[in-house]
Amino acid sequence: MALASGVAGTLLPQTLNGIFTGSIYALFAVGYTLVFGVLDILNLAHSAVFMLGAVITYGLAVTLGLPFLLGALLATLACAAVGYGIDLVALRPLRHRGAPPISALLTSIGLALIFVNIAELRFGANSRALPASVALSGSVHLGSLVLEDSKIATLLLSLALAAALGWIVRRTRAGRAIRAVAENPRAAQLMGMNVDAVIAWTLVLTSALGAVAGILYGLSQHDINPFMGRDQIELKGLAVIVLGGMGSIRGAVVAGYLLGLAEVAALVFLGSNVSGGVAFVVLFLALVAFPGGILRGRTVARQV
Amino acid sequence: MQFFIQLFSDPLGFYRAHQLLLAQLGINALLTLSMYITLRAGMLTLANVGFMAVGAYVSVLLHVNGHLPLPVAVLAGALAAGLLAIPIGIPVLRLSGIFLAIATIGFGQVVVGAILNIPITGEGRGLTVPDASSSLLPAYLSLVVIAYVLWRLARTRLGMAWDAVREDSLAAEAQGIDVARYRMLAFVLGAVLAGYAGALEAHINFFIDTSLYSFQRVVGVLVFATLGGIGRVAGPVVGSTVLTALPEVIRFAQSYRDALYGVILIALVIFRPQGLLGGRVGIRRVGRRVKL
Repeated sequence: MALASGVAGTLLPQTLNGIFTGSIYALFAVGYTLVFGVLDILNLAHSAVFMLGAVITYGLAVTLGLPFLLGALLATLACAAVGYGIDLVALRPLRHRGAPPISALLTSIGLALIFVNIAELRFGANSRALPASVALSGSVHLGSLVLEDSKIATLLLSLALAAALGWIVRRTRAGRAIRAVAENPRAAQLMGMNVDAVIAWTLVLTSALGAVAGILYGLSQHDINPFMGRDQIELKGLAVIVLGGMGSIRGAVVAGYLLGLAEVAALVFLGSNVSGGVAFVVLFLALVAFPGGILRGRTVARQV
Repeated sequence: MQFFIQLFSDPLGFYRAHQLLLAQLGINALLTLSMYITLRAGMLTLANVGFMAVGAYVSVLLHVNGHLPLPVAVLAGALAAGLLAIPIGIPVLRLSGIFLAIATIGFGQVVVGAILNIPITGEGRGLTVPDASSSLLPAYLSLVVIAYVLWRLARTRLGMAWDAVREDSLAAEAQGIDVARYRMLAFVLGAVLAGYAGALEAHINFFIDTSLYSFQRVVGVLVFATLGGIGRVAGPVVGSTVLTALPEVIRFAQSYRDALYGVILIALVIFRPQGLLGGRVGIRRVGRRVKL
């Protein structure tokens, strides 16, 4: 009985934790999945951009002493520029030659190595947290429940940004261009569209979102280090976009929350050692049952 | 530069200084050949590190706790990986492309998770291998034998069936080739070879823990295989050898080593799309046929 009430007592805060982590997974994965939807490539440098967002914010806010929000904004812009660089260096030369998607996978791995190495040199290999004086550190008390401001911000901001991305892709002229290129780049080119520009802007947009996900992760988990993208989120992001159906923004959001909650459920009921593996058992079973992802078919191109 | 100067001017000293690297070259080549087998059959599976872990842990436990002779334990590890591949392959090989890749990555993670939770495997602390030896003979001898077998295999019924399945599985099916069976065969053989490489590696390194079987490792092996090109058996061997030795060769770059490795990787992909060795099935063809 004592055990049962213990589980019930931690269930609510743990569920909330699952939702917070899930919203970071979702925000990271929407960018990942949009690039796949448009280009059919896995951009493995996305996790390095996630890390750069957090590391640059730390550098600006703590080392240079800028206000946190300004630092976060500048870091996001810097990562958007990095996104343009990713297209320019790793993707465009291959695209113009008609190289297969796997080549771009390799070059994006190369870029990730470079980014992590640079961050390691500038930032050091140790994990750091943003000092409480710098960023949102308050909390809201609801009865016995404590909600940290940083986590509330994470939840709201990631939902808002994912919704905004969905709106841009579905409703705006730029989004229509993205969908056209996703559907058929050659036809889009023949219609007079600048396909290179559309792809570059897609990378800029998704990298900015990846950076915000990294900043929010660093803020709410108090853990910023050069390997955070590679170790904490890369693989889970892959799991999320596959589970959500490759290229589907809505699917990525749903799957992000599902993974966050599944991890927490595993943590509560099976213990901390098991939770990492359980996410992949779930993924494995889901793939066997639904070989095209849970929300298959809702790819970028078809999201009219 | 110093790496090559020593290689030619002082081979014995080079051997002593780099023995572990030389052993690792052989192991990584075997591992890359295990991925070559599945790529050859047109499947991007990333379960290799999982099977490696199974081979390593089974062989170490049988040898250290079960007191089986070393060669028997290594072969048992490889066999265990192959046996495990059958129940995994039955559901998973229905998937294709990126879904197959991710499901098999999931398997690797589950194996690592299992190891961390089974007391006999030392959980997070890993296992030590007291009588490990950094002798190069087992790895290189196996590499020669296995590479030769795979080379001969290319012209057999099996090799041609794999080619047909990779190039167009629908046409292959129409020709009466049992696609599912040949895919399964490639998956199981790849698992046996990965398990074997894992078992050998365990007995060279004196120590194993789950950090050897990370996602990054299997991606690294994929890079070796695709950059080398799978058109011929030598492709993966050359790819893995060049890229395994590269960090050592560019040691002069010191703390910029990873970045330089990244730059070289990008340059190779952009300027040598046919793979290091060229040949019929370079990155270009792997990429077209083994759909992401």
